[in-house]
Amino acid sequence: MTPTVVLPLVIGGLYAAGVHLLLDRSLTRVLLGFLLLGNATNLLLLSAGGASGLAPILGYAEPEEMSDPLPQALILTAIVITFGIAAFLLAIIYRSWRLVRQEVVEVDEEDRRVARRSETDADEIDPDDLAPEDRSAMHADTFDADADVERRLARQYAGIPSDDVDLPPTTRRRR
Amino acid sequence: MIRVLAPLPVLLPLVGAAAALLVGGRHPRIQRTLSILVLAAVLTVSVALLLLADADGAAAVSVGGWPVPLGIVLVVDRLSALMLVVAATVALGVLVFAVGQGAADGDEETPISIFHPTFLILIGGVANAFLAGDLFNLYVGFEILLTASYVLLTLGGSAPRIRAGITYIVVSLLSSLLFLAAIGLVYASTGTVNLAQLAGRLAELPDGTRLLLQSMLLIAFCIKAAVFPLSAWLPDSYPTAPAPVTAVFAGLLTKVGVYAIIRTQTLLFPGGALDQVLMWAALATMLVGILGAVAQTDVRRILSFTLVSHIGYMVFGIALASTAGLAGAIFYVVHHIAIQTTLFLVAGLMERQGGSTGVNRLGGLAAASPLLAVLYFVPAMNLAGIPPFSGFIGKLGLLEAGVADGGWLPIVLVAGGAVTSLLTLLAISRVWSRAFWRPPAQAGGQEPVSAATGDRTAARRAAWQRHTAVATATAPVTDGLGPDRERQRPLRPLPRVMVGSTAAMVVVTVGLTVLAGPLYGVAQRAAEDLLDRGPYISAVFGEQEVP
Repeated sequence: MTPTVVLPLVIGGLYAAGVHLLLDRSLTRVLLGFLLLGNATNLLLLSAGGASGLAPILGYAEPEEMSDPLPQALILTAIVITFGIAAFLLAIIYRSWRLVRQEVVEVDEEDRRVARRSETDADEIDPDDLAPEDRSAMHADTFDADADVERRLARQYAGIPSDDVDLPPTTRRRR
Repeated sequence: MIRVLAPLPVLLPLVGAAAALLVGGRHPRIQRTLSILVLAAVLTVSVALLLLADADGAAAVSVGGWPVPLGIVLVVDRLSALMLVVAATVALGVLVFAVGQGAADGDEETPISIFHPTFLILIGGVANAFLAGDLFNLYVGFEILLTASYVLLTLGGSAPRIRAGITYIVVSLLSSLLFLAAIGLVYASTGTVNLAQLAGRLAELPDGTRLLLQSMLLIAFCIKAAVFPLSAWLPDSYPTAPAPVTAVFAGLLTKVGVYAIIRTQTLLFPGGALDQVLMWAALATMLVGILGAVAQTDVRRILSFTLVSHIGYMVFGIALASTAGLAGAIFYVVHHIAIQTTLFLVAGLMERQGGSTGVNRLGGLAAASPLLAVLYFVPAMNLAGIPPFSGFIGKLGLLEAGVADGGWLPIVLVAGGAVTSLLTLLAISRVWSRAFWRPPAQAGGQEPVSAATGDRTAARRAAWQRHTAVATATAPVTDGLGPDRERQRPLRPLPRVMVGSTAAMVVVTVGLTVLAGPLYGVAQRAAEDLLDRGPYISAVFGEQEVP
């Protein structure tokens, strides 16, 4: 087989899109980015095996005509690992959504507190000055907003547990 | 003999995990006994492996009986056997601590039916990474231990743990993908992933290609080992986990990354193309890490930052690439695994006793619990490198190796190492003087309750405040709790199993000092083997020609 430009282009495109998604704060996008990166790496492993050939089965093809079986074995292992971790990530995202009703990467409270102690950059770090979506879930404003939403939901859907995922989306737009 | 024993450190925990899962939550007592027995067996096997490897040299096992370059090989040499012994020791200590905590807490913080199997799988993954004789098996070992660590870090699924877990998982995933891509490129350029075979074939590559492969692998491992500037994830994610989990993570997981750096730098990429970069990284890791520790007020976060900082010493030793430097690095890894685990266990006890890990909230621990004070003081001085402890011996070895190297950069690093050591002393003695030494009345409540602390901790804190108020007859405690509540929650003594296991770990760290001579001898011989490369390659290929 002659070298093809398609495979490197696809790998590069997947890596670019994957990195872009991974840098997002939305956890679902992070998960999608991870899946794209995983597949890009699998294609990279595939291309590492060299030219393609017949299936590497004894009796089906001569050894010279076979494609390299080792990258295929590596890819299978990598796919299984990616699959398992993607499932775990989904569970974590769901848990995060149930806990704080939003699925974004959060700011470390302890970091913020340490940063706040130095007076020079206290203004930058004060959560009240931050954009609402950058404030942490533990911020006082967020609690009030959550409480409002809870009250409204409790009126609208009496009898349904408030952190049930099947509820229609609330009118509050966080992002 | 060594060939029979070599697969056991991987096999036993995995089989044990399956059995522990089957036994499940119905028979927690059997599950606990089973896990402890399995880890004790792993420890015994590891000690036997170390003795055999030190006496007879390295040996390799082909798993599944495939001829050597084709199948998976497990290689036991002095370095991997030594790492196995330390890993098994701290794992056993932490597991006993966790059993004690679970028994005392009624299993709320560590849902025990999941905890034990996951913990065993973690140890299986660590052992697999230490024994792996090819790059892809090393990757699989990493994945096993990382996946288990994801579960352990997010145990209970509370908001702070999920937040910390997400950062940790995403960063780990990125480093794993980088590692996997590097494996793909290594295979594309050499046609093998067997470490011993790569040692020869990588040397035939053009310099540029080799440098690319080396830097990709190094970046992947440096993320796992938390080398600055790839270390920011660690102090964010470790402190929120349950005490035993943080302890085993801090002790073991970063050191697996350091082990991988040692292995690849010496076996695959001798010649030191990136040693200068590694030295600068080591210097930055030491200084930035320890300055972070000085700025913190939470015991666990202080310890997490010192953990990052002291990784710099090991990287320094690796970057020196001399026998003395590597021997110092290996000894320091061994010392640091034991010491950091012990200190995190002590921090767990402090939180239990004082109801907080914030040094501004704690006070008077030394008067109330002298045993706890001793348990903190000994490993803390050891960490700071006060003579005659093993931390001093390790640091001295590294600094001497740096001076012996003769260049100006190693001298700068020696100075940086000395400064780091002093700042470590500052950070940990601040914990000592505030949490243990000062009268409890001075302990202010100015810090907001950390998000990680729950209702239980608040109750413990209240009990602690009443206790110290009575014991020292100072300012009355005004925490708004009525007398009824007070009678319900007296200050409970620390559970014996937890204190016992922590004390045993402290004894182990002191034992490292007592046995420093033989240990340093093993580290020296391991370093010679690593630089020679011959023993490893001939252990895998035997008499036959390396293809």
